[in-house]
Amino acid sequence: MKWHRKHLLGLRELSAEEIGYILDTAVGFEQVSTRSVKKAPPLRGKVVVNLFFEDSTRTRNSFALAANRLSADIIEFTKKSSSVSKGETLLDTARNLEAMGIDIVVVRHNAGGASRFLSRNIKACVINAGDGFCEHPTQGLLDVYTIRKIKGTLDGLKIAIVGDVAHSRVARSDMWAMTKLGAEVTFVGPPTLMPAQAERLPVKVSYCLDEVVEKVDVINMLRIQFERLGGNPFPSIREYSHYFGLTAERMKRAKGDILVMHPGPINRGLEIESEVADGRNSVILEQVTNGLAVRMAVLFLVNQAAAQRID
Amino acid sequence: MNSGLLIKNGRVIDPANGLDQKCDVSIVEGIIAEVREKIADRGRRDCNFAVIDASGKLVVPGLIDIHVHFREPGDEEEETIASGSAAAVAAGFTSVVCMPNTSPVIQNETDVEYVHRKARQARKSHVYTMGAITKGLEGIELAEMGFMAQAGAVGFTDDGRGVQDPAVMLRALKYATMFDVVIAQHCQDDRIAGKGVMNAGYQSTILGLPGIDPLAEEAILWRDIQLIKKTKVRYHAQHISTAGAVELIRAAKNDGLPMTCEVAPHHLLLTEECCDEYDTNFKVNPPLRGQKDVDALRQAVADGLVDALASDHAPHLQSEKELEFLAAPFGIASLECALGLYIKALIKPGILDWPGLIHLMTEKPAKVIGIDKGTLGIGKRADVTVIDPETEYKIDVDKFRSKSRNCPYHGWTVKGKVEKTIVGGEIRFEA
Repeated sequence: MKWHRKHLLGLRELSAEEIGYILDTAVGFEQVSTRSVKKAPPLRGKVVVNLFFEDSTRTRNSFALAANRLSADIIEFTKKSSSVSKGETLLDTARNLEAMGIDIVVVRHNAGGASRFLSRNIKACVINAGDGFCEHPTQGLLDVYTIRKIKGTLDGLKIAIVGDVAHSRVARSDMWAMTKLGAEVTFVGPPTLMPAQAERLPVKVSYCLDEVVEKVDVINMLRIQFERLGGNPFPSIREYSHYFGLTAERMKRAKGDILVMHPGPINRGLEIESEVADGRNSVILEQVTNGLAVRMAVLFLVNQAAAQRID
Repeated sequence: MNSGLLIKNGRVIDPANGLDQKCDVSIVEGIIAEVREKIADRGRRDCNFAVIDASGKLVVPGLIDIHVHFREPGDEEEETIASGSAAAVAAGFTSVVCMPNTSPVIQNETDVEYVHRKARQARKSHVYTMGAITKGLEGIELAEMGFMAQAGAVGFTDDGRGVQDPAVMLRALKYATMFDVVIAQHCQDDRIAGKGVMNAGYQSTILGLPGIDPLAEEAILWRDIQLIKKTKVRYHAQHISTAGAVELIRAAKNDGLPMTCEVAPHHLLLTEECCDEYDTNFKVNPPLRGQKDVDALRQAVADGLVDALASDHAPHLQSEKELEFLAAPFGIASLECALGLYIKALIKPGILDWPGLIHLMTEKPAKVIGIDKGTLGIGKRADVTVIDPETEYKIDVDKFRSKSRNCPYHGWTVKGKVEKTIVGGEIRFEA
């Protein structure tokens, strides 16, 4: 197939074939990181801006490193170092950056749809690095990449996504990618942390982790995002952990080859016990490693699509 | 010599008098003098007299919109009473009712008089205003309803938000029984609505945006219905948007409670799916709901449960709407194309006929706010709208008299062009 998208805004609009194409492209980039000279030339002379309006270390550094490895120049723009706090709008900020001649914008923002909004209003390529609780497509891609690498395929796999699904962009991107690739996904969490009309999504919904943990091949533990929780969706951390924490005790009932995933950063002892996070089933650090290859692939592909349009 | 205007050969629709027939309307000194077939002009030809040929046109009482935001005082770059009332007459409205959520809030007689003075200076439509129920719209202390009513406020509301505290609402309803006024409510429980920016449902889940559950509207409406059972004051539910709200109103009206309600064009035409591309022109409060809600609202109109069609004209600057969906303000500017939208939503699918539609845009809303308007009765002030019912036209926001362009209907083709708008016997708009 031929890649034609100059933006990566979400996985909802991608076909299984397109997702597979990104993953296959990432395989090629994985070995760049293992060479002694960890650099390839495809983005030489291009400028990538990391436009981050929310805190991030993992995703931001991963994109920066990916851009570096592809020989791009990278500008770091975070909320604290910008004039956003003085009231400049997202659009004005982006237009100003564009006036400096950037080619690719990697954007993280607290508003769902922010990257889509930017893509409609500027000429540069836009990559969504997380928008509100809408999507985090590169996280979704690196999750399916990690699963595919170990399990060979997602087709027919049973996958649980556990925790604060309502406020999770990771859950949504995972859902789109995993179900398109043939997996059966179950959202697990308290009803107060399920999104509205979850029954209309292409997933199963369960409020009981104990029932689900025995059946699944992969379990992805979402971080409790204290900064996003409104009100008091569960009575206490103690009670939450009791019902939805992945403890060593609970792991005894899981399949022996279950993959334990977590998008990070981990709240140890809350949604996941240290023993499990660091245990033999955990692929949490592999996820981070694979994220680099996936982001290189995404940067490479959107840049290529933009170049073809000019030709 | 007396000033005079003779509107000939139109289809005259005056629901208040049960009239729907081809005839003439004669206006003398700003008053409806005669409505009958074949009124002779007696050969009069002078500068104080004009004949309008309304063949093929509808001649109806001046349209009334009881829910607009003209942003003055405070946000005159978005709209002013002059620009808003110019838009009103261009859209066939001879009377509009401003909401008090300006800056400062309309909360005493001086504020009310300010609105009236600006309207007089503009010399376009009549402009009424509602006053605030509570000071600063804070939902805590009652505003001076008595003084405002004396100055001509036609009702009270904290529109933009609802009165949250049931004790405050009960107090407001009780106090209002002293005056013959209507208490209007923006039915929304802020705690249920939270930080929602669109309807809570599948779409908000997919778009990753916080939702406003229909219960936020229904909980307040249900509560208020219990309160008016006790106080018996006239209560008006503004811009209802859910199927559940329709059922609550149906039951309350069956119980004979003094309740009225209005529906906005967007809730009759658009659904939450419109938000799919994060176009902030579809961000409105109450939010666009599901198809079953749209169907229920149209059925409510068909069943006679709705008392007024009201635009909730809410102008905003382009720079304010050019933001992330989460950050942009709520509101749709639709006053200038409202008639065409109602025709599309209600006449085209056969829910209402012309007299039915005109009734909901003239006499019935006039009754909601208790003004002596909305008819072509002999001796009434001559507010008249002449409509070309058949010619199609394209909605073009760049031709709006309104200062704002936040209108999702740009490019829509609709029928129902306003030909002439006559206010107090004076032609204030001609196409």
